[in-house]
Amino acid sequence: MKRFNAMSTTALSAVIAATLAAPAMAQEVSGDVVKIGILNDQSGVYADFGGRSSVAAARMAIADFGGTVLGKPIELVDADHQNKADIASNIAREWYDVQNVDAIMELTTSSVALAVQGLSREKGKITITTGAATTELTGKQCSPYGFHWAYDTHALAVGTGGALVKAGGDTWFFLTADYAFGYSLEEQTGNFVKANGGQVLGSVRHPLSTTDFSSFVLQAQSSGAKVVGMANAGLDTQNTIKAAAEFGLVQSGQQLAALLFTLAEVHGLGLDAAQGINLTEGWYWDQSDENRAFAERFQKEANVKPNMIHVGTYSAVLQYLKAVQAAGTDETKAVAAKLHELPVEDVFAKKGTVQANGRMVYDMYLFQVKAPGDSKGEWDYYNQVATVPGAEAYLPVDQSGCDTASFAAN
Amino acid sequence: MSSAPASASDPTAAGVGLPRGQHRLTGLGSALAVIVLLGLLVAPLAVYPVFLMKILCFALFATAFNLLLGYVGLLSFGHAAFFGGAAYFTAHAAKVWGFEPLLAVLFGAAGAAVIGLVIGFLAIRRQGIYFSMVTLALSQMVFFVFLQAPFTHGEDGIQNVPRGRLIGLFDLSDTLTMYYFVLMVFVFGFFAVWRIVHSPFGHVLQAIRENENRAVSLGYRVERYKLGAFVMSAFIAGLAGGTKALVFQIATLTDVAWQMSGEVILMTLLGGLGTILGPSVGAGLVVTLQNYLAASGLPVTVVIGCIFVLCVLVFRRGLVGEAIRLLHRRGQGLPRR
Repeated sequence: MKRFNAMSTTALSAVIAATLAAPAMAQEVSGDVVKIGILNDQSGVYADFGGRSSVAAARMAIADFGGTVLGKPIELVDADHQNKADIASNIAREWYDVQNVDAIMELTTSSVALAVQGLSREKGKITITTGAATTELTGKQCSPYGFHWAYDTHALAVGTGGALVKAGGDTWFFLTADYAFGYSLEEQTGNFVKANGGQVLGSVRHPLSTTDFSSFVLQAQSSGAKVVGMANAGLDTQNTIKAAAEFGLVQSGQQLAALLFTLAEVHGLGLDAAQGINLTEGWYWDQSDENRAFAERFQKEANVKPNMIHVGTYSAVLQYLKAVQAAGTDETKAVAAKLHELPVEDVFAKKGTVQANGRMVYDMYLFQVKAPGDSKGEWDYYNQVATVPGAEAYLPVDQSGCDTASFAAN
Repeated sequence: MSSAPASASDPTAAGVGLPRGQHRLTGLGSALAVIVLLGLLVAPLAVYPVFLMKILCFALFATAFNLLLGYVGLLSFGHAAFFGGAAYFTAHAAKVWGFEPLLAVLFGAAGAAVIGLVIGFLAIRRQGIYFSMVTLALSQMVFFVFLQAPFTHGEDGIQNVPRGRLIGLFDLSDTLTMYYFVLMVFVFGFFAVWRIVHSPFGHVLQAIRENENRAVSLGYRVERYKLGAFVMSAFIAGLAGGTKALVFQIATLTDVAWQMSGEVILMTLLGGLGTILGPSVGAGLVVTLQNYLAASGLPVTVVIGCIFVLCVLVFRRGLVGEAIRLLHRRGQGLPRR
């Protein structure tokens, strides 16, 4: 019985493989349209972090590419997943099954990104994550069709964590968002601290989008650690900082470390509250003429200067379209092969390369937020402190925990 | 009580046996059941099957809830604990322990029944609003247990749950096969509720609903009947939750949160409290609205809230409740006064 089953499964998968392969050769672009979905948080705690601005970035990328690829139109759909993995996977499933979406991108919130990447692997579709941070995406839960663009928790741990450890922060307490992103950020920063002779005194986990941080801040305060690492993001980080200010955490001699902080949160918090914060980003608008010009154009579309998530999404969409062009089809395997192969060279990344586990490697930067007196105008927020070379910021494939050998079976 | 419909909720009909008009309606009912079942069998050819499966899961959940509210008169504000709890148990059993799907769903439902036993045991000691508050409080405790327990993975939930092969033969990763599995679970759960309601046990439950003191004076140990109904309702809600976890291959905090308890109340009231078909119709309506409004950009909760207000003001018996009343009017003239 078992053998019969195994045989019939093999036969069946051969038939399925044949039927799947046939249309790919006969027809260049499925449904005569290349359809990209942007799935992210548009109303919750990460709405500024990615949100509608990421949709604007994707639209810009499509326009800059020329609006068509291989002579077929490019279509963009977007949806708000409300930071819920179940809602996101329902939307993704329907996009793939009913609306014939070819690839899903952005995917802010690690829990969502993991769920959608898992589903997409099963469905044989491409995902390019820019908004989520967990290294699990290119680690244990990696996918042959899953790509991770803008940043990840390892880069943040090396960048921001590294800078603080060097500055003498050797005892840490973590305030962690209770999901995949928080866990991996806490773990990797903690490892980094320990490897440099520091100590992790403890941690406390808070649910996503909590409004009251007082009990968590008090626990951090009573830990006596020199550095309180905030392994959370978006509005959660802003609210933690506000709660910490109310309890005088910094005045009592502790240092707050925002492990994931972008231009959007600095803007939301204001320079008074944010000054002096160390942060790691992959892009800043005031770095070069090219960046300034892009940010100018972007601001007209979205009313804000872009952070690395927004420009990362622009780059991801652009690179996907380049890959479709190079492959001559939107069939998943061919496009994924091109995405792995083509170098990334655009406004976002210079000499970016994509590893076998789907991680895009490029240089990151360590910034410090300016004091209000040093800022020359709106959006003039950062001083660049250091460059974190891509090879340091990102884990090599053999250390990532990704079993790339399993990709061959797909 | 003069305006009570002369249908299943009529105490005389429940206690003494079916009056003549009821027999004709039962005939009509079984004809309707066959048509609906045939419709459900071919529905996936026309409608997106995953969407249908979602409706079926929620319909079963609302049916289980209605068993308690509609037939015993107990308003539980904590049914999400059973629905979501079962989703977690099923997902864990299927993913980590590699259970066969049917076994995983049954395991989830059994887990929900155990939670139901504990919550029910404590809650039935109080009546009315106090009962509701106790169920709400206890289900919030369940929520926080699931929030903190390591096996639920916090905000991530249990992801990529394998659907597996039903009794080792049918591959449920095929959407249509999965649909018929869900339909089977739904029909089983639905029939179970129908059977419970129309059994002597169910008649006692309805007697308790109508007049608890009289039921006590007749010699029934009402708390045992109530607890029994509570556990059965939890079990069937668990069937629905476990099945949903397999359909969407994910179990998250959404399913155990108190909003889910509210949603099921809404579905039941919209469809028709105390009618067999009502909760399913209500579930279908709410899920469809959520689905189509989400894409339209209109505020979903506001629209559903307005519909709810309209329902309370204009047709208090719910869609199916009003339909039954109309049928009775036609068949028998005005209901007896």
